[in-house]
Amino acid sequence: MSEPLLSVRNLTLDIPTGSGTLHAVRGIDFDLNRGETLCIVGESGSGKSLTSLALMGLLGKGIKRSADRMTFDGTELTTADSRKMRSLRGARMAMIFQEPMTSLNPAYTIGDQLSEALLLHRNVTRAAARARAVELLEKVGITAAESRLSQYPHQLSGGLRQRVMIAMALMCEPELIIADEPTTALDVTIQAQILRLLHDLGREMNMAMILITHDLGVVARVADKVAVMYAGELVETGPVGEIFNAPTHPYTRGLLRCIPLPGKTARGSQLGTIPGIVPSLVGAVEGCVFRTRCPHATMECRGPIPKRVDGDHAFRCIFPDGKRHDEKELTA
Amino acid sequence: MLHFILKRLGLAVLVAFTVSFISFSLLFLSGDPAAALAGETASGEDIEALRRLYGFDRPMLVQYGEWLWSALRGDFGESYYFKLPVASLIADRLGVTMLLGVCGISFALLTAVPLGVVAAIRPNSLIDRAALFISVAGQAMPSFWFGLILIVVFAIQLGWLPPSGTGTWRHFVMPTIVLGYYAMPAIMRLTRAGMLDVLSSDYIRTARAKGANETRVLFRHALRNAIIPVVSLAAVQMGFMLGGSIVVESIFALHGAGYLAWESIARNDLPTVQALILIFSMFYIVFTFLADVLNAWLDPRMRSS
Amino acid sequence: MADVTSHDRLLDEITGPTPGQMLRKRVFGHQGLLIGLVVLLLLTLVAIFAPWLAPHDPYAQSLMTRMEPPVFMGGSWDHPLGTDHLGRDYLSRLIYGARVSLLIGAVAALISGVIGTAMGVAAGYFGGKVDTVVTFLINVRLAMPVVLVALAVVAILGGSLEVVIVVLGLLLWDRFAVVMRASTMQVRRREYVAAAQVIGASTPRILLSEIMPNIANNLIVVVTLEMAHAILLEAALSFLGLGVQPPTPSWGLMVSEGKNMMLFEPWLVLIPGAVLFVLVLAINLMGDGLRDVTAPENRS
Repeated sequence: MSEPLLSVRNLTLDIPTGSGTLHAVRGIDFDLNRGETLCIVGESGSGKSLTSLALMGLLGKGIKRSADRMTFDGTELTTADSRKMRSLRGARMAMIFQEPMTSLNPAYTIGDQLSEALLLHRNVTRAAARARAVELLEKVGITAAESRLSQYPHQLSGGLRQRVMIAMALMCEPELIIADEPTTALDVTIQAQILRLLHDLGREMNMAMILITHDLGVVARVADKVAVMYAGELVETGPVGEIFNAPTHPYTRGLLRCIPLPGKTARGSQLGTIPGIVPSLVGAVEGCVFRTRCPHATMECRGPIPKRVDGDHAFRCIFPDGKRHDEKELTA
Repeated sequence: MLHFILKRLGLAVLVAFTVSFISFSLLFLSGDPAAALAGETASGEDIEALRRLYGFDRPMLVQYGEWLWSALRGDFGESYYFKLPVASLIADRLGVTMLLGVCGISFALLTAVPLGVVAAIRPNSLIDRAALFISVAGQAMPSFWFGLILIVVFAIQLGWLPPSGTGTWRHFVMPTIVLGYYAMPAIMRLTRAGMLDVLSSDYIRTARAKGANETRVLFRHALRNAIIPVVSLAAVQMGFMLGGSIVVESIFALHGAGYLAWESIARNDLPTVQALILIFSMFYIVFTFLADVLNAWLDPRMRSS
Repeated sequence: MADVTSHDRLLDEITGPTPGQMLRKRVFGHQGLLIGLVVLLLLTLVAIFAPWLAPHDPYAQSLMTRMEPPVFMGGSWDHPLGTDHLGRDYLSRLIYGARVSLLIGAVAALISGVIGTAMGVAAGYFGGKVDTVVTFLINVRLAMPVVLVALAVVAILGGSLEVVIVVLGLLLWDRFAVVMRASTMQVRRREYVAAAQVIGASTPRILLSEIMPNIANNLIVVVTLEMAHAILLEAALSFLGLGVQPPTPSWGLMVSEGKNMMLFEPWLVLIPGAVLFVLVLAINLMGDGLRDVTAPENRS
């Protein structure tokens, strides 16, 4: 296979706090090819959003980013200056945020905000930018697109605003689109529409996509690859089929037991839960972060954890098989 | 929007009438305006004569009605002291006060807004701390004292500026600074707080994600939103400042309406005082009305509702 | 298998510092608040113990020792801050002046606080017509130019300490009304107020035991701000010659009296103004600090 579009090795994010350094994200590795969809799943606070902001270079001032490698189409992002990053952002890599209600500027019309991305990166006239805006609004399924251009964000519903956000991200036909829980703020009926739209557009325009979500049902439908994140680490990564059919890390298995999957969960059987709480990440973080909640944890889990790689599939556990066949779990 | 303006206009008119009644009633605060006017040495007959001359012997509401009717036509009666129509007396002086007010608010905006923006971009930096110090000090600084210090330093010690008078633009420099400094702290704090709030908002992140540079993010995306409440605060402050011009004008002997108010109060010239209170109130009412309309117009959420 | 350290941390989070400990920590951790409190306390003590602290009678004139410079400008220790144009000891007048400023600030804030709080709480709690009327009154009050009206009224009634206090008290209630109205509106929607209404508590009881304790924070902040406001206004009125009348030792009046000699003896103006500035600064620092430490976002 050719060079991946996005390649990340050992991405680490530290946040200095009053009571010590918070090791929010540690040692993230993954590759993403053109046209592929990677889903990052995990609980709230596991570092999914921070990771995506780190890729875009949009982290807040207090957060320290380091990585052995973080390349986008051959360009090293860790050493790129702000000018270089700006020329990529919005043009070749775009982002869709969680909160459509507050992510649009209340002072400008939809048309102004859509055109802006194109005017910033391409040498086009305002009229051309507006024409492109209409085209994309229609593409994301907004009716009467022409008249929407002169509307303000507060005049649109949440679902419409998220469609506008998607259209805005697509203005320059980016090669990579990062969607950070794009549907959590929306009604359930609209969630499915928006995700389907994103998925179809991604396929149609051959965009690589990173979709951050905690909805495993969504993952099963749209992902090519899955990365499972827990307390700042990718505990397991692999092709979607392997993750769902042969989950190896105890956390991934726990997560899958928490949701009903058609054909996998027996009718009438109880859904699982993962007892315990996420450990604090302030100060030194050693050993397996999941050991406080893992049914198989032993003393060795406090020591260094090997990363086990088998082709596209990788996970971090001291047990070579992640104790996949242990009976204890079935009753948990 | 039109509905909002009409409603707001109705309120302004109602407030104006109430204020006019209060400023008229001030005349009766001393109990007997005729006695107050005649002075302590006047005889009973003199007072009686004055009472009839000025019509103080009629019911108060009748007097108010007459006064208001005349005032609406621009006639505020005759000054007891200057023996001139109050309206022309005030008209002569108002220009200076208005000029001072415009200079003062411009000075305040031109210093406070940039300071507030820089302070918000770099919270806890040296500039932020300096701006905070200036604003805290500004709120505690007695303006008459500040004015006198400026006179001592710039007029007496350095001799750069004239200490008092109205003749040239140089006469307005120190009064502008004193009056502007009075409005600065509030404007700066609001700008800083607004910018901090806006800069941490999601749509600023969206703008950055589009690849907009920091200048564009700051001015086009952030300041455009943060400035909306500042504009209306500035209009309100302008109203307050015209009312506060009395102190500044008296320090610098700037012969504007504030100075006239001071003179008239000291001389018990009640018709002039009444008229001035009413006029300064009207300025405040008009400015706050304009502020609200401007605010509604600047904010798309209000404009279209 | 339990991880001991993480459980310890959790225990720490649950049994953390008590609210009292946290408040103390915040108060002592806030520089501005601390400085403001100390300075205000010192000046209050000076005002209370003025007769014992003042080296001379603040009213005693002495034509032989007029306009003596302060000690740092070559004067004598007999009059550490010199004497004014009537030979009165400047330090003694400053010390007694603290009484005037603090008394005016405190009583005016009290009067306007009672008026404004009553109006604001009524408007916020009852809403409807009461709110409309109160909001209208606030608008009317804001439209009246404070300095001008205060000057005019004091001039008509005659300048005395009592008149100045009452006039300022009757003029400065607007901010109390605005802030208390907004705070009451917020508190009124909370569950515990609904709970009190459900169990049949009387309106006065709800206002006193449910609403007031929860808006007291904001009230204290406004009290400090309005105290500073009243002190500055008194000084301005007295400076313009239409406030407290001579020979009362008011700082504003001292600046006004020193103004004519400003050309040759600038300290006559600088000293009382500086003291006034320090007092108002201290009160403002305290008010800002109180707002910071009692702000809800600092509580968690």
